[in-house]
Amino acid sequence: MAPPPSGAIAGGAPFSLRSSHRHYGEKVIQILLGSCALVSVVTTLGIVVSLVFPALEFFAEVSPVDFFTGTVWAPLFDPASFGVVPLLVGTLSVTFWALLVAIPLGLGSAIYLSEYATSRRRVVLKPMLEILAGIPTVVYGYFALTAVTPLLRQIGIQVEIFNVIAGGLVMGVMLIPTIASLSEDAMAAVPQGLRDGAYALGADKLQVSTRVIVPAAMSGIIASFVLGVSRAIGETLIVLIAVGQQAKLTFNPLESIETMTAFIGATGNGDLPTGSTEYKTIFAVGLTLFVITLVMNIISIRLVRKYREVYD
Amino acid sequence: MTSIATSPIDNNELGEFGRSSADDGRGSSVVFEVSNLSVSYSGKLALQGVEIEVYKNFVTAFIGSSGCGKSTFIRCLNRMNDLVPGAVIEGTARYHGLDLYGPDVDPVEVRRRIGMVFQKPNPFPKSIYENVAFGPRVLRMKEGLDERIERSLRSAALWDEVKDRLGDNALGLSGGQQQRLCIARAIAVEPEVILMDEPASALDPISTSRIEDLIHELKRDYTIVIVTHNMQQAARVADMTAYFSVVTPEDGGSRHGVLVEYDRTAKMFTNPSDKRTEDYVSGRSA
Repeated sequence: MAPPPSGAIAGGAPFSLRSSHRHYGEKVIQILLGSCALVSVVTTLGIVVSLVFPALEFFAEVSPVDFFTGTVWAPLFDPASFGVVPLLVGTLSVTFWALLVAIPLGLGSAIYLSEYATSRRRVVLKPMLEILAGIPTVVYGYFALTAVTPLLRQIGIQVEIFNVIAGGLVMGVMLIPTIASLSEDAMAAVPQGLRDGAYALGADKLQVSTRVIVPAAMSGIIASFVLGVSRAIGETLIVLIAVGQQAKLTFNPLESIETMTAFIGATGNGDLPTGSTEYKTIFAVGLTLFVITLVMNIISIRLVRKYREVYD
Repeated sequence: MTSIATSPIDNNELGEFGRSSADDGRGSSVVFEVSNLSVSYSGKLALQGVEIEVYKNFVTAFIGSSGCGKSTFIRCLNRMNDLVPGAVIEGTARYHGLDLYGPDVDPVEVRRRIGMVFQKPNPFPKSIYENVAFGPRVLRMKEGLDERIERSLRSAALWDEVKDRLGDNALGLSGGQQQRLCIARAIAVEPEVILMDEPASALDPISTSRIEDLIHELKRDYTIVIVTHNMQQAARVADMTAYFSVVTPEDGGSRHGVLVEYDRTAKMFTNPSDKRTEDYVSGRSA
């Protein structure tokens, strides 16, 4: 009878499936990479906390109802008035004009790059477009103020020195690469088989692009739009430089208004004493901005998921 | 290659097969007439010197191992190779006597008349109805769209399975159903020819046999060209079979595909003229 597997393998050491050496390196790497991820989580939490507490103090002094429904924004005046609606409308107004430029041009560029351009053209054009995304926003701001506004006046549009339209249009140009690049990625990821199928039915390029590729890439395209909206809402320097700081409640794009970010940017730069109600205003507006962006992102995740269910 | 240049019903070699096809008018005229056709991709030769005639209402199969250029060739017949960057086609491919690559030929018009079904089912991520409606819509054949869709789905033997859920997403269908949907989609624009590039290679045996039955049905109304790596499939469905093979030129040129032999299917599988065809169909070589 053969001896039972005794646990000894050809040497005398007891049979074991334990690791022959300790994987210390693996542990270290895991901790290191884990803490990298932790940094961004902790930072986000820190931002939320540092926004929420001063904002709560603010709302102890100013009624939230007055804040969210008031139509006069004059926190630094006496008597002060804390109605945030003009700032919300200002942000909305600039965002609208920016998207009016960025969505058609961005999507058009994406369709061109993905469906029309030869691969040689694409490898030249796409990086060039992405360079546009790397231009500092302060440059866009002065471009709006010193080039676009005078140009608008020259062609007979009576704009104020600081105005919504110039800043909005230039911000739209700034957003083109974001939307174009992400949308192009989404369209390029559409299986070639769908293109072949459509072409084989006698569709021309435009029909293939608009009826097959764009719908199939819709989740990525919507994600790019939402990212564009988020960036437009959060953009500060362009509006500060070219749109102005007059918190008027108006949708007129030819006038100067103030956005939430411009208020924060300008006021935070001033000489407000910390702890004053005026100072806490910054955090209240900041929290409002944060919540809007958060809601936008949640909506976008929902939308992306919904379209993914339909199209994948 | 002169033996290929004649219609099979005039060709005594075709024997009873030729006569039977004459009875129902099938094979009576030439649809495609290809001579000395070569294809290269970015300067690399893929297929050289193809001479072939494809006959009306016949099922013509292209067989051969992978890399032999059979898929490359079928894509020349509806100008799908135009979509591949760097593809260059030389020689002539005539469709009812007209040069498919002539200067005033619109590839979109070509593809309307010569439909195609691909290896992997590629329904659009839309409803079943919209998939079939796509072709008629882009070609502005809007009248009687509902009837056209029903007719197409019936022809593709899919109607009974989907008639109650035309609004459902096509991606919810099984692979075999998706492929029949793609056939219905191709039929909906009333092509004369349907090109099928390995239409059953991604399907299970039952779905495959349904597709083959469908091909038998469809050849009454359509001319069908099918690429397959499955010899038994060619034997089952095709009237005519062409065998493609890879050659490695002795002068050090790159490996490329050639058309070795083209004849009626029965002869190709029982009494091929070329040694290479015989080796392939008897399983002695790839």
